[in-house]
Amino acid sequence: MVNLTINGKEVTAEAGATILETAKANDILIPTLCYLEGVHQAGACRVCVVEVEGARNLQASCMVPVRDGMVVQTNTKTVRKARQMLYELILSDHPADCLACLRNQNCELQRLGQRLGVSQSRFEGPAKHSILDISPSIYRDTSKCVLCRRCVTVCNQVQQVGILNAQNRGYQTVIGPAMNLSLSQVDCSYCGQCTTVCPVGALGETDAVSTVWRALDDPSKRTVVQVAPAIRAALGEEFGLPPGTLVTGKLASALRQIGFDDVFDTNFAADLTIMEEGTEFLGRVKAALTGGEQAVLPMITSCSPGWVKHIEHAFPSQIGHLSTCKSPHTMLGAVAKSFYAERIEADPKDMFVVSVMPCTAKKFEISRPEMANGGLPNVDAVLTTRELARMIKEAGIDFVGLEDSDFDAPLGLSSGAADIFGVTGGVMEAALRTVYEIVTGRELPFDQLHVKPIMGLEPIKEAAFTIEDPLDEYAFLDGIEVKVAVTSGLANADILMEQIAKGESPYLFIEVMGCPGGCISGGGQPRPTTPAIREKRLQAIYRADEAKTLRKSHENPYIQRLYDDYLGQPCGHLAHDLLHTHYTARGRFNELIADEPDPGCELFEPALGAQH
Amino acid sequence: MHQEVAEPVAPPTGDSDETKLARLSAAIDQYGSAKSGLIQVLHLAQTIYGYLPPHVITLIAARMNLPLSEVAGVVTFYSFFSTVPRGKHMIRVCLGTACYIRGGKQLVDHLKETLGVPVGGVTEDLKFSCDVARCIGACGLAPAVMVDDVVHKQVTPAKLDAIRAAY
Repeated sequence: MVNLTINGKEVTAEAGATILETAKANDILIPTLCYLEGVHQAGACRVCVVEVEGARNLQASCMVPVRDGMVVQTNTKTVRKARQMLYELILSDHPADCLACLRNQNCELQRLGQRLGVSQSRFEGPAKHSILDISPSIYRDTSKCVLCRRCVTVCNQVQQVGILNAQNRGYQTVIGPAMNLSLSQVDCSYCGQCTTVCPVGALGETDAVSTVWRALDDPSKRTVVQVAPAIRAALGEEFGLPPGTLVTGKLASALRQIGFDDVFDTNFAADLTIMEEGTEFLGRVKAALTGGEQAVLPMITSCSPGWVKHIEHAFPSQIGHLSTCKSPHTMLGAVAKSFYAERIEADPKDMFVVSVMPCTAKKFEISRPEMANGGLPNVDAVLTTRELARMIKEAGIDFVGLEDSDFDAPLGLSSGAADIFGVTGGVMEAALRTVYEIVTGRELPFDQLHVKPIMGLEPIKEAAFTIEDPLDEYAFLDGIEVKVAVTSGLANADILMEQIAKGESPYLFIEVMGCPGGCISGGGQPRPTTPAIREKRLQAIYRADEAKTLRKSHENPYIQRLYDDYLGQPCGHLAHDLLHTHYTARGRFNELIADEPDPGCELFEPALGAQH
Repeated sequence: MHQEVAEPVAPPTGDSDETKLARLSAAIDQYGSAKSGLIQVLHLAQTIYGYLPPHVITLIAARMNLPLSEVAGVVTFYSFFSTVPRGKHMIRVCLGTACYIRGGKQLVDHLKETLGVPVGGVTEDLKFSCDVARCIGACGLAPAVMVDDVVHKQVTPAKLDAIRAAY
């Protein structure tokens, strides 16, 4: 332990703690801008400076560890003036268009100015290097960037994709991909984690709100909306409700008030995914065990489009491991424009399917040519949680005061297994609940059906169990040990992929979600996602699961009816047509590898001469 | 600048593409196993190719297993590295304080105008590159201009034209 004085108060701290952390633990708040607890400590913005007795200069409290006998002042004239000056300098090349900025009133830079008591902006610098880069998922507006480098840390250290880095130097510095390339030209997964940490309006999701309003305003369109499981555990935060508040009922009501004709639940399609993915998995295992056919194992989940795009870039020769299942919301879109369209006698051309997702990558996903049937995209627009909140506000809906209501039939009923799709470990647990029962005729032998070893926020989790006494049809599985792994975050996924690439993977089935913690902390979720908030959203998801009597996907009566009346068998002909897809080996430098990997040398010639 | 750390290398011209690639490959083998070798590899690559074209940056990123944006970030941070081809002769106008005050700025403007290229650019015939230097330690000779390794003192626009004509 270390003893020190902060603002005349004697405090103790763990050795290695920073001044900032120690002050916070003792109720002394130091303003910060670039600092991101547990993720980003770079001392880039200097806003957190304090006076340390004996030190020549002011010290960035987020970087400096406490020492025994240290005397720190966080609130002196020098400190206050320095912070104000720093802030004014940041403003000197920041566009002053706050009133027309999407982050207005939700901007960390704006809040900081208020907190520092800045009431003037004395300096005017040259306008910042301005690049507006709009990809299908994410936009970059470098004119608003304050160079805090949070996105750089998240992209390089947390996700380890390395798309965003500082380019050039001094006034010319711009955070972005190499050689002035746009996000859509590089191996960006579109996970959107950068957009959740950006303190200002420099990074965000590419707008779909205007497209969706246009469809809603068009009387010839039948608008169908669906919401992902993770939305209900997070949307409330946008309206001041405490993190972890489940707002399922209000959500359905709000969507109806906004004007959607059909309010469906992606959870329904999560149950459908389990039927398809479970069947596919058993098929692969059977092929592997009974010989004959070649089977690629371990099979890896394909619900997370950020993950899917990442594997296409980073491990193009391993895409055969991905389940061929489309992600749940595209499945629902495909079913809505076929089965449901027939049922309501609508022309699928006149239907407009909107998915509300915690995800930025899904915006790109719907533009993939393979996510279409009969020449129509399965899903027409993807809104993030943040965008839906904006629409609710725009529509003048008092969200907190809304009465609860249910999703519409028939694509609105779901099991608890579907709810947990929103959190790391959930897809695997949902799949095991169904697959185990199909194989053995008995319920998954875990307390409350929860596969404890794969729950929680640890980076890589695994579980193993042995199949005993299976039904006759699955006799080939008798005595087989099923080893599964679950991970989230692209850096962790890479570890499991390296294993696979080396042929050393001990698993049969792997669940990967692209964002750390799963969809609850997706790139489209409310800002901020701190470890505490993530944990609260996770608990809310499990509460939603446990509150349901229906806990297993294959027991969902509407799913059973969909197969009986329309699809036929899981993985059958029609199911394959509507619910399954294929992938593209893109390669690390987007070289779209056909058969042989290409060293990718001559790729970026068009971008030549972009610097200096 | 970093000349002292370079391996002895042949001048950039003359090598075939295959030879250049083989030499770059050897440089990466020698220094590229750790991230800390990046600057050395880039330096050698620039010696081999004369500048760092995109395909060279991409190859280095791929072989060293580093994000392309990180390698490009390093390349664009250091003024020593160039992503555009360099001319046969490099003209650097010093813009250190002394040279700036004594007319360095006018020399830069004059040079840009007569060569028809911006700072950092290269003439169409690849004869001259135009750049600025931040103090070359010859303040007593201000304003100074360096052409390749030769320092010219008390340069005026007219004198600059004469110097250039000699190449």
